[in-house]
This record gives sequence, structure tokens and C-alpha cells, in this order.
Amino acid sequence: MALLLKEEHASETEDFESNPKIVKFVVVKKREEQDHSPKGELTSFEALMLPHIDAAHNLARWLLRNEQDAQDVVQEAYLRAFKSFAGFHGSNGRAWLLTIVRNTSYTLLKKNHAVDLTTTFDEEIHGSGEESVSPATILEHSEDAELIKEAMDELPAEFREILVLRHLEGLSYKEIADIAQIPQGTVMSRLARARAKLKEYLAARIGKEK
Amino acid sequence: MNCKEATKLMDGYLDGELDPITSQTIDQHLKECHNCDQAYKTHGSLIRAIGNATPYFKAPAALRERIQSSLREEIAERPLQNVARDSQMLFRRRWPELRTILLGTPWNWLGLAAAIIFAAIIALNLVPRLQRPGADQFLATQLIASHVRSLMANHLTDVASSDQHTVKPWLDAKLDFAPAVVDLGSEGFTLLGGRLDYLENRPVAALVYQRRKHFINLFVWPAESGSTNRTNTITRQGYQLLHWVDSDFNYWAVSDVSDNDLQAFKQVFEKQLPRH
Repeated sequence: MALLLKEEHASETEDFESNPKIVKFVVVKKREEQDHSPKGELTSFEALMLPHIDAAHNLARWLLRNEQDAQDVVQEAYLRAFKSFAGFHGSNGRAWLLTIVRNTSYTLLKKNHAVDLTTTFDEEIHGSGEESVSPATILEHSEDAELIKEAMDELPAEFREILVLRHLEGLSYKEIADIAQIPQGTVMSRLARARAKLKEYLAARIGKEK
Repeated sequence: MNCKEATKLMDGYLDGELDPITSQTIDQHLKECHNCDQAYKTHGSLIRAIGNATPYFKAPAALRERIQSSLREEIAERPLQNVARDSQMLFRRRWPELRTILLGTPWNWLGLAAAIIFAAIIALNLVPRLQRPGADQFLATQLIASHVRSLMANHLTDVASSDQHTVKPWLDAKLDFAPAVVDLGSEGFTLLGGRLDYLENRPVAALVYQRRKHFINLFVWPAESGSTNRTNTITRQGYQLLHWVDSDFNYWAVSDVSDNDLQAFKQVFEKQLPRH
């Protein structure tokens, strides 16, 4: 066995030394692989992330309340996501992408000096309204998409975000905690407050209509 | 548990996010306390109604195109930088260096040959084992592809009807088996219709349900005889897959809804199945 090996490789050794093509081949091959990689990376990025474009757009649209800004933010978020795609090893592409969309949206909101980012704003200005309309009446009006949109748009960004992630994306508390960067225990209380506020605004609008 | 605590936990309970023991304690309290029971029911139906009526802003097709072309611009710039850098390294630095390493070093050729062969043997033995995906994993890939295609190509259903008595005969006529079709609209999973698909080298039934703004594809085909009842969950690429087997059929539910929603779907589906 050892002898056989020696003979086989003896001939290869000669080739190798006399013929630098082999070395070149190794180097060229390596370069080809490197050249190829960005395209391959793009293909797998698109396969993983483009299915979530509706979720990304929906979240941005609700956070920014403006179609043009939403589209710009989604495009920017996809570029950012692609640049840091090498760092993504998880299995939950939607949550990962939504985190980036959320952060990009907040950057723009802050740049535009939006005042209704957090819930403290809301509670200071609006105070707690009284519920003069019964839950049953609210329920009757709860299929009115326009009414719900108006009431949702009145909520601070933190509330809009959590309602969208839960009601429209059906995400778990754990996923919401990751995206909104809050402790998991905070998700339930914030969601409860968001729903209570939404109910209150719906009631106020229904009360006015009457 | 008192009413104050029960009120505090209401949202978590209705979202199915509490641990089983706390949920049971609440169930017990709701049986005993009419007020809380009423409050839970009202709040629950309000959450559902609001969730269903909240507009969902889908991305316009132009946005997708814009993103794709901006990503292409991004990589078009990237290789230019890379090639420039690579060629520099290749011809000025790496090339002579490699030559020195490969040709200048006094190799023990026999040792090298032995090492290469040893590595090859290990690689040949290990690599296929590492790369061979489990049967479920391979099927999962196919299922997700079917699910995504069904949403992409505007071909969600072959027979669009929320009436189980329309969908079932249609499928029965096309397949060599008769899958159960149940409408779960009252449970929040609206039947949209049925479709034929091809998986595991056989035609299968795909039942399409809608949960809020999300779609669930339920793939059904006959189980092999002697297969045991089991359930498993796979998460892949942001999609949830739930697989279960009953005495007659293999079920694979695929969707982008949460795992909880999919588990709930399975429960109500099984509850509605006609017993025989």
C-alpha cells in the first residue's frame, strides 16, 4: 500500500513541480468562487426576505402614516438588511426584517421631530377619557375600517406598532419583544394599554357621530 | 384568583400567551364569576373584530421592483471593488507568496499524500451524512415552495368557495382519495377553496384557509398504513409548518401565522372533522 502510494504520488510530484499551471488553477478557482458569491448571496437574500415585503410595508405605513415615506423606509431597510445579511443566522426572517424596518422608521420619525413616539406624550395630552359609549356599541362599529384607521392613527407610535404586530401579523409576545426591543413582560401590559386606548378613541368617535 | 388579577391577565389569556397553569386558574375563575366572564367575552370579540377590520397595507408591485433593482445596483458596485482588490493581492502579493510556500518548502510528499487521502476518506464518509437533509426537511422545503408559489402566481385556488360542499366533491373527483373538507369560518379560519398540488411524487389536496390577512395552505394526502399519530413543528424562513398524522391522512399546514395560531387551527380542524 505504502509503496503504491509512493509511486502514484511520485509522478504527481513531478508534474506539480514542473508545471505551475496547477498552482495557477488553485488560485484562479478561488477567484471564481469569490466573484460568484455576491450574486449567490443576493439570490438567497431575496428568497428569504422578499416574501415579507407586505409585512415590511404594512408596518412602515402604519408607523409613518404616509405612503411615500413608508416606501422609502422599506427600500432603505432592505438595503440595510442586505448589507448585514451575513450576520443573520436565525430562522425567523420576518421578525429580523421587521426589526430593521422598525428601527429605520423610528430614525425617520425622530428626524422629522415627531412628537408622538412614546406613550407618555399620549397620556399627558389626552388624559384618560371617559367611556360614555358601551362596549356593545363599539363592537357594532368595529367592522368600520375607516373608523378604526382614524382611531389607530391617533395613537402614539409605540401603540400603533404593537397593535400592528399582534393584530395584523399575528406575532407571538416573544417575537414582538424582540422587534420592539422591550422585555417580554412589557408586551402584555403595553398591548392591554394600546387596546384600551384604541377602544377609548373609537368610543369618542362614535360618540361624536351620534 | 380575584377579579383584579383576572382583569390584569385578560389580554395575555385571550392572546393565548399565558402558561397553562395560569390559564387553567383563569378558566376556573371565569366559571365562577359572571362579570369577568362577560368582560372576557366582550373584550375577546372586540379584539377579533378590530383585528379583522384593520386595513392591511400591501406593498405595491412597483416597490418590489424598486427594491430589487436597488439591490442589484448595490452588488454591481461591490464586485468592482472586490476584483480590484483581489487582483492586486493576486499579482503583487499573494502570487509570489503562494509560489514560495508551495514550491519553496521542502515537502515530505509521502506525508502530504497520506494526509490528503486521510482527509478525503473522512470527508467522503462525513459530508454526505452532514448534507443529506432529513426526509421531513426536504419535504418542508417543497411545502414552503408550494405555499409561496400559490400566493405568488395568483393561483391560490382551483375551486374558490367557502362552501365545504362545493370544495369536497371537486377534490374527490380529481383525486384517488377523499379528504375531509371543513369550514372553520366561525373559528376565525375562513375556507377560501381548494387546489391540486403535487408533492412526494403524488397528487395531493391543498385546502386554503384565511386567518386575518394571512393564508394557510393545508396539504392533505393519505397516510401510509401503520403510520402512528404524531405531530411536529418546523420553523423555516419565517414560515411555520405543522405536521400531523391521523388514522387516514397526512396533514401539513404551512403559513406565516404564528405557531400558536397554527396549533389553534389544528385543534379546531380536528374538532370539526366528521367522526366515523
